Amino acid sequence: MTNTDLPLTAKPATAPEAQGRMRGWLARVPAAYWVVGVLLLVLPAFASNFVMFQIMGWTFILGMIALSLMFLAGYGGMVSLVQMTIAGIAGYMVAIFGDSAVASISMGWPWWVTVPLALLIAMLFATAVGWLAVRTEGIYTIMITLAVAAAFFYFVRQNYDLFNGFSGFNSVLPPMLFGIDWRGPEAFYYMTLFWAVLSYSAVLYISRAPFGLALQGVRDNPRRMAALGYNVTAHRVAAYALAAIPAGLGGILLTWQSAQISPGTAGIQPAIDILVIAVIGGLGHPIGAFIGALLYVLLKTFAVDVLVALGLGGERFQLLIGMGFLLIVFFSPDGLLGLWQRLKDSRRRDSLTGQDRRSE
Amino acid sequence: MTDATASVAARLRATGTASALELRGVSKSFGALAALQDITLTVAPGERRAVLGSNGAGKTTLFNCITGDFAPTAGSIRFFGEDVTAFPPQERIRRGLRRTYQISLLFSGLTVLDNVYLACRGVSRGRFSMIRPRRSDALMASAEDLVRVAHLEDVRDRLVSELAYGQQRQLEIAMALAGAPRFILFDEPAAGLSPTERSDLVAILTGLPSHVGYIVIEHDMDVALRVSDQVTMMHNGRIFKEGKPAEIEDDPEVQALYLGGGDGH
Ligand SMILES: Nc1ncnc2c1ncn2[C@@H]1O[C@H](COP(=O)(O)OP(=O)(O)OP(=O)(O)O)[C@@H](O)[C@H]1O
Ligand SMILES: [Mg+2]
Repeated sequence: MTNTDLPLTAKPATAPEAQGRMRGWLARVPAAYWVVGVLLLVLPAFASNFVMFQIMGWTFILGMIALSLMFLAGYGGMVSLVQMTIAGIAGYMVAIFGDSAVASISMGWPWWVTVPLALLIAMLFATAVGWLAVRTEGIYTIMITLAVAAAFFYFVRQNYDLFNGFSGFNSVLPPMLFGIDWRGPEAFYYMTLFWAVLSYSAVLYISRAPFGLALQGVRDNPRRMAALGYNVTAHRVAAYALAAIPAGLGGILLTWQSAQISPGTAGIQPAIDILVIAVIGGLGHPIGAFIGALLYVLLKTFAVDVLVALGLGGERFQLLIGMGFLLIVFFSPDGLLGLWQRLKDSRRRDSLTGQDRRSE
Repeated sequence: MTDATASVAARLRATGTASALELRGVSKSFGALAALQDITLTVAPGERRAVLGSNGAGKTTLFNCITGDFAPTAGSIRFFGEDVTAFPPQERIRRGLRRTYQISLLFSGLTVLDNVYLACRGVSRGRFSMIRPRRSDALMASAEDLVRVAHLEDVRDRLVSELAYGQQRQLEIAMALAGAPRFILFDEPAAGLSPTERSDLVAILTGLPSHVGYIVIEHDMDVALRVSDQVTMMHNGRIFKEGKPAEIEDDPEVQALYLGGGDGH
């Protein structure tokens, strides 16, 4: 993956990119997409169940939730710590309206009701939080969304009537659609891959549509946006609502993956982890969310073994993640993507003159 | 040209058509500082007016009050007869008001074309559209036209952060021309432009359709007098003289206060 030529920054479209024809569109898909795409498609042929289900499945899920933050922060300039909570709400709604081991609460509705309903409620919640948060800027947005995340965590932990308190819900399973067990490693892998690719493409597409462009305008200069005829507040709130879709989908998939949801799923720690993932990966392009998620999952899965092998306490893996976070933020504020971009730029520059080797 | 616009303006006034812009007793204070004091100003449709005044006279503040960037402390503002005093900026812009900023306010992370496209989209429908525009899109086409008008076609796909200062000023102007402007506020559009760029600017301003009026803040007398048919002098937050360019130029009081004031021009 490292030697391919992924379009790693939110480089604006060049002239031909705006053309909408299918054939031209296919021809314009960069080679890197084909390579990564084929690799991802055939991965189950040689990857273990653990890699498919635990490593890749989890990467796609966390990537989708981080993607929703990337959308808000990277395009909209709004750093929200509430995206994991929105994922948690969607997960809870699937458990409450669908099936779980807690028969006294779960209503047992079919998936085609519960999944859209869960996403809708997640979007409504996100709209409400967004409506509160967009009145603030910078650090205050972080504080408000963190407060909402904390409030949600403590609320569900104490609420037994609806959220079943501390223990939450278990045996929350994906539907047996087409007779397939979607929790089987291969099926789960493809299911999460599908939704991750769809979310990624949608975000990339919208970034160049009027809504996404205007969102980037709001990020760069809200006052000017108002002076161009835009309702800045409405645009920001709409971004929150839209970002709830990948987050909500991620939350539902996460609930299905672990077959359970409890307050800890959407606690403070996971909320911050999502921020770490998005920042480590890089907020400049949607792919950053997935790169960050992969790194996080690899660290979280194998750091313990590495530490133990080195004779250190395995419980220190958080320290390792924290240090990695620090190093990346220190050396490259725009994440791994930024690091990659700078490497590419320096290779393109003439080593003697420092001039850009491109013609322009 | 100037006479024709003036007579059109006079005719419109005579037939009872509302003024393009009507300010009544507009004041704006920043704490103890009275940046604008009791400004009353009427601009006819199609009228082109220059606002002159020393640094800190309140010219930019006047623009900020007209566009709604700042709420005035007192007074009312009518735009084509409609009281817009309480309107947020976007509502005024959608009614045909436009402006440029003295210090360019652009979207540095987007390309030149995207900046102009956003300006075109802001005053049309589909601001929330999730569908990508095609090259054949009518708004995209008008954005490209405006890029050409501002002589920016060579840097069309460059990020705004990579532009030279003069190019950013020209982009400001292109964005103010988006959609169907009825009245435009130009805040020192010629500042920092090269002589060629200046004459391009004069050509753009004088070439605007005659129904489009504007106010231009300009320190450069040559530019100001060539593009306006009325001049308003401001000093310390007040209007202290209005008249034809020739009258203002010859006015001894103006010369003492402004032209002789060592302003560099
Ligand atoms: N946002 C603000 N907050 C506080 N004071 C302000 C603000 N904007 C302007 N002022 C003050 O109001 C007065 C008028 O400023 P304004 O920018 O309107 O002047 P100007 O006529 O445009 O001057 P210039 O020729 O330098 O652009 C100045 O004293 C300025 O310091
Ligand atoms: Mg000014």
